[in-house]
Amino acid sequence: MLRHRLAVTISAASILTLAVAGCGGTTKKNSSDTGGGAQTAASANPNAQLKTGLKIAYLPKQLNNPYSDVETSGGEAAVKELQGEYKKVGPNDASASSQVSYINTLIQQQQDVIVIAANDPNAVCPSLNQARSAKIKIVTFDSDASKACRDIFINQATTEGIGESLAKMALEQAGADGGQIAVLSATPNATNQNSWIAVMKTELAKPEYSKLKLVKVAYGNDDDQKSFQEAQGLMQSYPNLKVIVAPTTVGIAAAARYIGSSSYKGKVAVTGLGLPNQMRQYVKDGTVKKFALWNPADIGYLAAYAGAALASGQITGAQGDKFTAGKLGAYTVGANGEVVLGPPTEFTADNIDKFNF
Amino acid sequence: MTPLALQKPRKPTMNLLKTRELGILLALALLVLYTTINNPRFLSGQSIRDNLLNTAILAVMATGQAIVVITRNIDLSVGSVLGISAWTAATMMSDHQGLPMIVAILVGLAVGAVAGLLNGVLVRYGKVPALVVTLGTLYIYRGITYQWAGGSQVNADKLPAHFLNFANDSLLGIPWLVLIALLVVGGATLVMRNYRVGRELYAMGSSPQAAELAGIKVARNLLGAFVLSGALAGLAGVLFAARFGTVDASAGTGYELNVVAAVVVGGVAVFGGSGTVWGAGLGALLLTVISSALAVLDINQFWQQAIVGALIILAICADRLVAVRIARSLRKRDAHV
Repeated sequence: MLRHRLAVTISAASILTLAVAGCGGTTKKNSSDTGGGAQTAASANPNAQLKTGLKIAYLPKQLNNPYSDVETSGGEAAVKELQGEYKKVGPNDASASSQVSYINTLIQQQQDVIVIAANDPNAVCPSLNQARSAKIKIVTFDSDASKACRDIFINQATTEGIGESLAKMALEQAGADGGQIAVLSATPNATNQNSWIAVMKTELAKPEYSKLKLVKVAYGNDDDQKSFQEAQGLMQSYPNLKVIVAPTTVGIAAAARYIGSSSYKGKVAVTGLGLPNQMRQYVKDGTVKKFALWNPADIGYLAAYAGAALASGQITGAQGDKFTAGKLGAYTVGANGEVVLGPPTEFTADNIDKFNF
Repeated sequence: MTPLALQKPRKPTMNLLKTRELGILLALALLVLYTTINNPRFLSGQSIRDNLLNTAILAVMATGQAIVVITRNIDLSVGSVLGISAWTAATMMSDHQGLPMIVAILVGLAVGAVAGLLNGVLVRYGKVPALVVTLGTLYIYRGITYQWAGGSQVNADKLPAHFLNFANDSLLGIPWLVLIALLVVGGATLVMRNYRVGRELYAMGSSPQAAELAGIKVARNLLGAFVLSGALAGLAGVLFAARFGTVDASAGTGYELNVVAAVVVGGVAVFGGSGTVWGAGLGALLLTVISSALAVLDINQFWQQAIVGALIILAICADRLVAVRIARSLRKRDAHV
């Protein structure tokens, strides 16, 4: 209740500032049309020192989401290393327009960098461009905003990288003889999952995967109970199933919990994308041999360094720009201002205790 | 609208044949038969065990909801109560690994009972319709859980083994979860059918004014119904935590609608005064078996929601039909006298 009223006040205030800023900002429109916003005039200076005292604000999709909390915790660590000022704000719901009022507030506070996981690629655009004309650098992570209104997108992994990794793990777990495999996904219209599964299918068509047969893609709707039931259904429909591949954290945990507590334990392998803390139990009891995920803390970490490099003038977000991101090493900006974090990390019984997220 | 409730139960066999529960049993039997013909493994031991385990949590919640609905009220906050209780139990067990399971269950029941009491007090003394009150507390209880849990999560590796095993262990071959559900549904059915307080609850749902005039302690009974519904949702929360092993602030979001669906499909009239608790339990079983069967039959899951919706409408139509028929037969009987 209180939060809602607060949000209303903030958005009312921001509408006012928007109106004011809108009046003053029209003359700057021309420069932002070139795509780079106000900073296009300055070219990249690879030798520029990273500035200290930068104000870097994180705006995740929503607060209280375990996954985005881990992402922003990596950001917080990086901002500390950069001796900047860390700030995290965000809405309670991941609806399309909920982030707009927060962006407007951040503009008023004159942040140097806004790191945002856009709830909607277009809804946040006008505000983000407003921020850019106020010389704030915009870094997107997790889910991109339309590329006309941000400087850099931190891509956790390429779709190809994940799809290939899923197929590879399935092959490893099915054993030398191969066999039937099934996918337990999130919702039938989840964009990420569907594109990974599509890549996985193209991979499976290759000769080296000829022994694997994908029999079904089931959908657990990222709901524990439903994923449980779908895993049960898979085992009943395909009793010879060798591997369940779940490219979603809820699905893999539910499948592992079901298999681990049923008579199928040891006969069918569970793999996919999961959080180490969530999966630790099942890796230790042998239900799950190996699963993968990018390290979400590294996404936030890389975003902070990319933002700092932008704000210090080291890079402009153009293709080929190079910067160094602390412990993660050197990165190059790819096409469309994308920076790819790297291949997903694989977790097994040997290394899982090194990760805490 | 439902004089049936006020009639004395006649011969149990006759009663069984006339009840709406028979329809659910038939539907269930047909569904299982059809699915088994398509895939014989649907009747394997593992599958039956899975279905019963999946039903247990829903059936426990449906019991409380059925009683509240019978009094012509509704409790929409049960999903949030499940969430807050699951979170309470999970954090408590992960902080104090040695606590026995029974403590977790009692704490869950207590958390739920307090939440239910607040619902009851607001409904009775605030004179606000239950739909509005519990819609409000749905958000309040969920908000408290979000505030408390933040973005954190209790995972299976942080929970003591005996807590997790509770969801799989059995007594004399029957899993604990199923046993608890049977006890709850059976006990509540008995009380509602044969005990004074049960009949009073039916009377309150049939005609609130008449019940008050007849000297029934309406306030006490109503609070009791809400406390019970809350406590059972709290119990369900503990079972949820034990079964899934992963609990975050959003546990049980949206469950209230499943529970209401189970109750309605189970033949409890939304206007109160008729229906049985074991019918609601059957409703829970039917809904669970449907979603398992659809997964086995490889039917597009978009259909699943449509099928549940159709069942709800069917149940309400059947309810209406029974009511009309009873009214007609009563008129006839009066004419004879």
